[in-house]
Amino acid sequence: MLKQTNYLTKVYGLPEGWMLAAYEREARGYQAARKALTTMSPADVITEAKKANIRGRGGAGFPMGVKWSFMRPHPTKPAYLVINADEGEPGTHKDRTLMELNPHACIEGCIIGCYAIGAHAAYIYVRDELHLSKARLWGAIKEAKAKGYLGKNPFGKDYPVEVYVHTGAGAYICGEETSLLNSLEGKRGEPRLKPPFPAQAGAFGCPTTVNNLETIAAVPTAFNLGCEEFSKLSSIHHLNDGGVRLFGVNGHVKKPGVYECCVGLTLRELVYDLGGGLLDDKALHSIIPGGSSTPVLRADDIVDAPDEKSPLHAWHGKSVLDVPLGVDTFRNMGTMLGTCCATVMAEGTDPVACFHNLMQFYRHESCGQCTPCREGSGWLLRIAEKLMDGTCSMEELNTLHDVANGIMGNTICAFGEGTAMPALGYLKKFRKDFEAYVKGERTANDARLTVSNVWGQS
Amino acid sequence: MPFALTPERERELAEILTRYPTKMAACIPALHLCQEQHGYIDDDVVAWVSLRLDLPPAHVKGVVTFYTLFNQHKVGKHQLWVCRTLPCALRGAGEMLEYCEKKLGIKAGETTPDGKITLRTAECLASCGTAPMMQVDKDYHENLTPADVDKILERLQRS
Repeated sequence: MLKQTNYLTKVYGLPEGWMLAAYEREARGYQAARKALTTMSPADVITEAKKANIRGRGGAGFPMGVKWSFMRPHPTKPAYLVINADEGEPGTHKDRTLMELNPHACIEGCIIGCYAIGAHAAYIYVRDELHLSKARLWGAIKEAKAKGYLGKNPFGKDYPVEVYVHTGAGAYICGEETSLLNSLEGKRGEPRLKPPFPAQAGAFGCPTTVNNLETIAAVPTAFNLGCEEFSKLSSIHHLNDGGVRLFGVNGHVKKPGVYECCVGLTLRELVYDLGGGLLDDKALHSIIPGGSSTPVLRADDIVDAPDEKSPLHAWHGKSVLDVPLGVDTFRNMGTMLGTCCATVMAEGTDPVACFHNLMQFYRHESCGQCTPCREGSGWLLRIAEKLMDGTCSMEELNTLHDVANGIMGNTICAFGEGTAMPALGYLKKFRKDFEAYVKGERTANDARLTVSNVWGQS
Repeated sequence: MPFALTPERERELAEILTRYPTKMAACIPALHLCQEQHGYIDDDVVAWVSLRLDLPPAHVKGVVTFYTLFNQHKVGKHQLWVCRTLPCALRGAGEMLEYCEKKLGIKAGETTPDGKITLRTAECLASCGTAPMMQVDKDYHENLTPADVDKILERLQRS
């Protein structure tokens, strides 16, 4: 159901909308943090937060309130809140808008989060390339400190909270939470084995909660509205998927961008109503629903959920484009909701070229720590390159299954799945296109990715 | 002369160290400061950072080689990164890269003979909704047309 809102985005278009004055004037700035710190206990904050049904916005969709409740006070060690703003999943461009245009929501969320989990310091891990985002966050921290919202006595409460911005140095893998923690500690960004989970031993060996930036930025809105009311804004509130979130759309649409809507929007609404439809009014070819690690959907895919217990049963026999974008609905469709930023491909786009492009990405970003991922990502890219060169045999194409399955479940972190799943997804959904390359019916000259070319070359 | 941070950057590093419970955590921020000053990270810089933060040189070197943004060799005065990943490619990033290569007379990964511009490809820069795009030093340039790119390249070549 399409219902646009502007809780998080109200200040987006305003002159100096990223400054404290605009945030306080337009978005009830820092009222939620004030209320939480001065009138509620940390346990109350967590109980209330659970009612918001905020599913982690970074892609995994874990319920935020539940994650907070895993934190237990340690007799000697401090606790930390770490915010993942290492946005780098291809197709994902939402967190950057929050940092640049509404940084105070991120900071206020950190204050509430720190108080709830018993932390006195929050680190926002921002990828180094986002220089404007870092500057805006530091600016917001400075303003909040000057007002007494951050520091030794936020809102007069004897509960010190400090927020710091930490930068990476260009590694996609640092968006994986344990890799991010290693990177924060000044190490190579290689993922850690779990357990121990961050709630037991996270940053600097201390209890840590890692939340996505959009997740934490949604917290003040949820508390201002009342967390249950916030959750009910979603049309799939009954699936414990609540509130509002940022939906991105990119690729071959007329109006790419980031739109704030109630959870429960469908892909059709995202592509046609918000995205303005496809370039040159072409037909839809395929959609990657939430970042490149989520397997691709064909425009003609139909929901197959005859089981009445399936959360998808209500949409059995309907187009995948009409299913509400939710964590559980999409997981049951053989893909994932991911970051809720859809990449749209128009008719005429070559799916094998898309596969080739993405395999280059995964090959480049594999951290090299575990063998299945390090070797497997290279192998998948070699198959993609051979397809493009016209030298891939049918037998080699079939090994793609084995290679991808050899990665899945055999690596320390989910990057392995993130590489294998889209590879298998492309092969499964577009087998005929892959075979056309093997049979020589198609060559690299047909590997078209753009709708129109304004650059004067091939 | 062995490497050392300027007093101003050294003050910044001292402030950065107050943010973390360990010195090691300042490793990446310190390397950024060094690269800002020196342009790239050579063995002198590694030695300085390892002394300053009480870390084994092998640790610092390991960090430098892990992260894409640390230059291990001298690069041009300006860094030009063209995002090549799928969402940008769908909006013409491949063609835009070829356009830049032709205009500059170099391939991606190379530096112009006058040492002014290093052209490279980047993996997703979180600007998919405003593609195609490129990062020039610290700034993003989005929704690019050939005329925009002409202007950017001219400005860099004149600088």
